[in-house]
Amino acid sequence: MDNIQRKTENKRKQFLFSFYKAIKSFATMLPVLLGVILLIGLFKIYVPPSVISTVFTGELFRDTFLGSMIGSISAGNPITSYLIGGELLQEGVSLFAVTAFITAWVTVGVIQLPAEASTLGKRFALLRNALSFLFSLIVAVATVLTLQVIP
Amino acid sequence: MRSEQGKNTTKRKNVSYSFLFLVIVLIVYGVLFFVEPDKSMKSVYASWHIFLNIIPVLLVVVFLMGLSNYVLKPKKVSKYLGEKSGFKGWSISALFGILSHGPIYVWYPLLKELKEHGMRTGLIAVFLYNRAIKLPLLPVMIFYFGVLFVLILCIYMIVCSLLQGKIIELLEDTYCGLKRELV
Repeated sequence: MDNIQRKTENKRKQFLFSFYKAIKSFATMLPVLLGVILLIGLFKIYVPPSVISTVFTGELFRDTFLGSMIGSISAGNPITSYLIGGELLQEGVSLFAVTAFITAWVTVGVIQLPAEASTLGKRFALLRNALSFLFSLIVAVATVLTLQVIP
Repeated sequence: MRSEQGKNTTKRKNVSYSFLFLVIVLIVYGVLFFVEPDKSMKSVYASWHIFLNIIPVLLVVVFLMGLSNYVLKPKKVSKYLGEKSGFKGWSISALFGILSHGPIYVWYPLLKELKEHGMRTGLIAVFLYNRAIKLPLLPVMIFYFGVLFVLILCIYMIVCSLLQGKIIELLEDTYCGLKRELV
């Protein structure tokens, strides 16, 4: 009886600790999230759509490639990329470019490349990131085309 | 012990960088408020609007993060990842990649260890690629892009992760073969 009680008590403690950890890791990403939200606010008011359309011109291949490039060199919590991607979409940037951007953000890590190379090998890290870049373009095109086909 | 210390310093560094980022943004706001009070207030309203929209989704995210912390621990994952290969190995790597959480630097040393114990490089690539699919964060993605988009994107990402693993193994094998021939 005592044993069962101790076990449930232990489980309860582990459960609470898991949520404590989640809240803590959420709190550590909160400053960046708030900063990004405030920056998007500035962006929305200060940068007119015409400026965005000079960067993302509407030329599909070029825009998708650019989306992947920007996503590759950026790092950080994926939520940030969804926020930025969602706002870009509202400003009229194509879904191809936005999908490439959010995919490359999480799969290509130019900033983490040195850490990955030192633990898993230079050849592996370079190959993996190069392939991930290529795949971010393919995933973006495939996803958007599939979405267009589905009624 | 030392790696634990290293982890803590990296974490602390990250926290201070993120605070620095927020402070810089706030300073920009402060300056703009004196130059163009109207426009900067509009920016504050726009940000507030985004914040209000996203806060319920973020609460769901925290809940899902807590749940995945409870269910899944890195040590548990490593127990399953190393030993299996074949179809089972590929699917387990993909699944654990999707379920894994926490910053990437927690996983590098673990993967290195698994590699030294014979885990195939293709499987490591599959695991790393699938880390891009973050289950607790999916509500945010759905909020911005819709369920159908997220579903299709995830399916394509899983397919690509397997393709990537196969290609990496193929290239590594060819490289090793060439090297052996040269020697």
